[in-house]
Amino acid sequence: MTAPLLAAEGAASVSFPILTVLIVTPAVGALVVALVNRRRSDVAKQVAVLFSFATGALSIGALALFKTGEAGFQLVEHARWIDEPQIAWSLGLDGISLWMVVLTGILFPIAMLGAPPHHDEKPFYAWLLLLEAGCLGAFLAKDLFLFFVMFEIVLVPMYFLISGWGYDDRKYAATKFFLYTMFGSAFMLVGIISLAYLHAKGGPVTFDLQTLAENQGVIAKSTGRWLFLSFAIAFAIKVPLFPFHTWLPDAHTQAPTAGSVILAGVLLKLGTYGFIRFGIYLFPEAAVWAAPGLVTLGVIGIVYGAVCATMQRDLKRLVAYSSVAHLGFIALGMFALTTQGLSGSVFQMVAHGLSTGALFMLVGMIYDRRHTRQIAALKGLQKPAPIFAAVFTVVMLASIGMPGLNGFVGELVILQGSFLTRRWWTVVAVTGVILAALYLLWAYQRVFHGTPDDENASFPELRFTEGLVMAPLVGLIVFMGVYPKPIFDRIEPTVAHLVQHVEDNSDYREPGVAQEGEDVVPESERQGTDEAGDDGGHDEAAVTTSEGGH
Amino acid sequence: MNDLLFLIPALPLAGFALLMFFGKRLGEPLAGWVATAAVAGSFAATVGVFLDLVSKPEHERALTQTLFTWLPVGGFQVDVGFLADPLSVAMLLFITGIATLIHLYSIGYMHGDEKFTKFFVYLNLFVFSMVMLVLGDNMVITFLGWEGVGACSYFLISFWFQDDANASAGKKAFVTNRIGDFGFMVAILFTFATVGTLNYGGIFEASGAMSSSTATAIVALLFVGACGKSAQIPLFVWLPDAMAGPTPVSALIHAATMVTAGVYLMTRINPVMVLAADWVPWLIAIVGALTALFAATIAVAQNDIKKVLAYSTVSQLGYMFLAVGSGAYIAAIFHMITHAFFKALLFLGSGSVIHGMHEEQDMRRMGALRKLLPITSATFIVGWLAIAGFPGFSGFFSKDEILLMAWEKSPALWAIGVVTALLTAFYMSRQVFMVFYGEKHWDRPIAEAVPELAAEREAAGVHEGHGVGPSGEIHPHESGWKMTAPLVILAPFALGAGLINTPFWDGGKFLEHWLEPVVHLGEAHSTAGTGLKVGLALIATITALVGIAIAVVIYLKGRRDLAEKVEQPILANGWYYDSSIAAFMGGPGRKAFQFIADMDKKIVDGAVDGVGTVVREGSGKARLAQNGFVRSYALGITIGVVVVVALLLTKAVYA
Repeated sequence: MTAPLLAAEGAASVSFPILTVLIVTPAVGALVVALVNRRRSDVAKQVAVLFSFATGALSIGALALFKTGEAGFQLVEHARWIDEPQIAWSLGLDGISLWMVVLTGILFPIAMLGAPPHHDEKPFYAWLLLLEAGCLGAFLAKDLFLFFVMFEIVLVPMYFLISGWGYDDRKYAATKFFLYTMFGSAFMLVGIISLAYLHAKGGPVTFDLQTLAENQGVIAKSTGRWLFLSFAIAFAIKVPLFPFHTWLPDAHTQAPTAGSVILAGVLLKLGTYGFIRFGIYLFPEAAVWAAPGLVTLGVIGIVYGAVCATMQRDLKRLVAYSSVAHLGFIALGMFALTTQGLSGSVFQMVAHGLSTGALFMLVGMIYDRRHTRQIAALKGLQKPAPIFAAVFTVVMLASIGMPGLNGFVGELVILQGSFLTRRWWTVVAVTGVILAALYLLWAYQRVFHGTPDDENASFPELRFTEGLVMAPLVGLIVFMGVYPKPIFDRIEPTVAHLVQHVEDNSDYREPGVAQEGEDVVPESERQGTDEAGDDGGHDEAAVTTSEGGH
Repeated sequence: MNDLLFLIPALPLAGFALLMFFGKRLGEPLAGWVATAAVAGSFAATVGVFLDLVSKPEHERALTQTLFTWLPVGGFQVDVGFLADPLSVAMLLFITGIATLIHLYSIGYMHGDEKFTKFFVYLNLFVFSMVMLVLGDNMVITFLGWEGVGACSYFLISFWFQDDANASAGKKAFVTNRIGDFGFMVAILFTFATVGTLNYGGIFEASGAMSSSTATAIVALLFVGACGKSAQIPLFVWLPDAMAGPTPVSALIHAATMVTAGVYLMTRINPVMVLAADWVPWLIAIVGALTALFAATIAVAQNDIKKVLAYSTVSQLGYMFLAVGSGAYIAAIFHMITHAFFKALLFLGSGSVIHGMHEEQDMRRMGALRKLLPITSATFIVGWLAIAGFPGFSGFFSKDEILLMAWEKSPALWAIGVVTALLTAFYMSRQVFMVFYGEKHWDRPIAEAVPELAAEREAAGVHEGHGVGPSGEIHPHESGWKMTAPLVILAPFALGAGLINTPFWDGGKFLEHWLEPVVHLGEAHSTAGTGLKVGLALIATITALVGIAIAVVIYLKGRRDLAEKVEQPILANGWYYDSSIAAFMGGPGRKAFQFIADMDKKIVDGAVDGVGTVVREGSGKARLAQNGFVRSYALGITIGVVVVVALLLTKAVYA
């Protein structure tokens, strides 16, 4: 039955179809878990963990097979699916999706091991594995229709995870998450179908990403912009960008710990990843056109999310709002449309996934011990649990952007990249760095410092098994902060190619990095801008150093 | 030697890692000795580098080492690289040297503390960060150290975190510093965007072609960062509170090393500063002078032995910025070094007093301790004379040089500096007399000996603990050798460090010749004749003696009536600057934040919920049971997807 479906095309993919196996493994895992005897929840957990570890190993395998220095898709797999219109099981890995896949592969086993559910283990693990399959599928898809299917599949397990294993207000939160995201997806579906048919011009219709992206000019400029917006709504809700973020604090807070970890760590990245892959790549001209608006929303999100986080009384809600701020940085970097900005964004997606995932794990552990997330009810936990506090501190400092930890690397590269094209937006964004210290340190002080009262004085220390779960997260946070080169080396060719693609298909020109001693003025500020205090003819001369300056 | 530069930061880093994982097992005092050895090794390596540099001709005195590429993104390349030149080595010598002594001292001071090993974990991490800050060959590595010392400062201020005041002080230090870091970060972004490199060497090479506006922006932004780290107006508020940390921390971080980082940074980029618009050095000089004066007036009315020294530190840092703004980088570094010695000595001395007084920090409870704490008092007196600018002591030379250069910038700045010098001599003499001379206030219960202090504590509900001694009789005692040895070693330096740059003959200006290659682009040169120099020095000397004399009359002769006139409540409360900021943050600031958070709930989210409600109401009878609504919807989607996929599969198979 599957002969034509899985028939490999092209000599390159005759070898082991690792990407397909990556998606299929957790899906099969979900099925196997579902078949386990209802009363053997321990077996269900073991099977689930096994499959998620296998998937994690495969993602590392993909990383090992990935050739550094190449910009395009690698390990490409293509299987015919439907010929008319042409929809294919088409997968590929490039410097951007590679890291999303690795992040997914690492985070799921950690979430499973570190945050077990309190009831109904079997369906919980089955949904989680299905969720993993959906996420991997969305990151690997090279076909718009396939991407959409995967993007939607993700919603279902997440909905059930929140509504089935969440906290008091879970029904409301799950409904809101589901409907809000569906609302956005509806626009994207219209966009996808319109794009495919408009692009075909009556000829054969294809949903192949590269065919659609590499043949620009078929679609009129204004149409392209409308189509971009239809995608952008879906992704803006998913990221989420201000003002579409309000589903997030509810969903994060009400979701079970594993759900929050995956939601923040992986699901939000579907939005940012989507913006790069299906926004900028598909519609370069429209992306340039919309960039000022999206950058503005990102910067508002940075400040606004941080201000809201400061005033939260619920620790988990505070972490949720911090995500709004961090995702604002990622949006700023993406739509700066510079090599540094985009590279920093991809890096920060991974960094945020690890550090915020770790924060949610820790907050979950606090809830399990104290049955409250109210900051006011917690006090002086560093006294009974110094190691727990130390781990929290490292993760917190990563989130604040302490150099030597991963958050700083991502933020600095993003800000450097965005400073080249969006100087003033970037300056505002840097204030987010101050605010991050404010809300996290204030929360830390209220939760961990002071003299613990009776209830908090008996707070159990980090257990060995919990330590084992946190260790890889903390290790990666430090590693990425100290030696990010291997990651950037794999991101950069793809991103540089993408920026080239944008330049080829719009009048945007990436400002060159200044030669020593010459000022490069951002494109947006080229005419009569002396706000930065740049005076004198010297700067005028420097403008021309970036190619194609007007 | 190039290849061994990395040892200077690597040794304390290794100490940190070792203690973090095995500190508990090593225990007290072994953990402290390991930490001390790590820093001592770092000092030895620095001496090695120093000797190597000395042996080279002047223009070749720069060693570099690049370990690996840290951030590689397109043209944006940042390496983990070190630059050992006269400036960084001069700083490293006193940083690692004093740090070694303070580690040793801490073994005694932290004796018996349940977090003994934790203390040394932080202390070693601090030294590593401080070394990175100074030794980094580019702005990002400096920033790494800059943030690292900030984090360690935060850990150590809130070291005794069970007390809410300490926890708040730590947070305040971090957040206030972050405001300054905003400037530093934007400076990094701006520098790279305009110059194309963040390496100091590259920046200076490019400075030839740099426009004045670019230079102005870079220097002004960095100065914002310097104001935070070095506690200048308007960001100095965190430093007095930082005294909540253990006293060795106050000595090392909040007096001798970290807080001078801003001065270092401004000195490091002096080739850019000369290109900047005139208002920047003027601003720096004015901020420095005003901070010096402002903090000195507050120090006059403090009763906490460490608060006096804290405000004094703010004030002395102001002098250094006055020097920087006047183009007198050498004088700034000179004063930084002498200050590091005498202020570390004073802080460690105060720690010894506090230790001997069973944690008591209020000077009103002290008095006549000279005979009971002979080593502490003798060394403290050396520190006092040094900071007061007593002729022959180190502070006399370094302060004199700053005042001379300030005179050349503007007599008004000089005048502020002289008034500050008067106040400095006065408040330090006041401290010495209150602590070591006069009458005993500790041989009776507090209510009897110092009723007003007892009443204050009663009202505030303060109990015995860190900073507050027993309310009964106290039996002061001298500290053990681990604490007194560093005092004895530091005292000769506090006395004689002026010799590294004596003004009498050219051969005596070691520091000036040493730093010349680093600051030759930015350094202003004095045109004053000998007569003027001697005249100014004479005025400064008389000023210092007058300050001491006034204190003798008021505090040694016991004129309480005059003391009350001096110790005005407005000064004791720091001109209400800090409390006003706190009131604003806690009041309107907090309300504004709350307003935005409420708005998010009511308006932004309210709109979303509103749409949901409208749709739901509108759907009327068609809607299903409320709870099952989305669940069945989701199931519907699942089924739908399955059906569609199945159909497509069939189509694919039979196509």
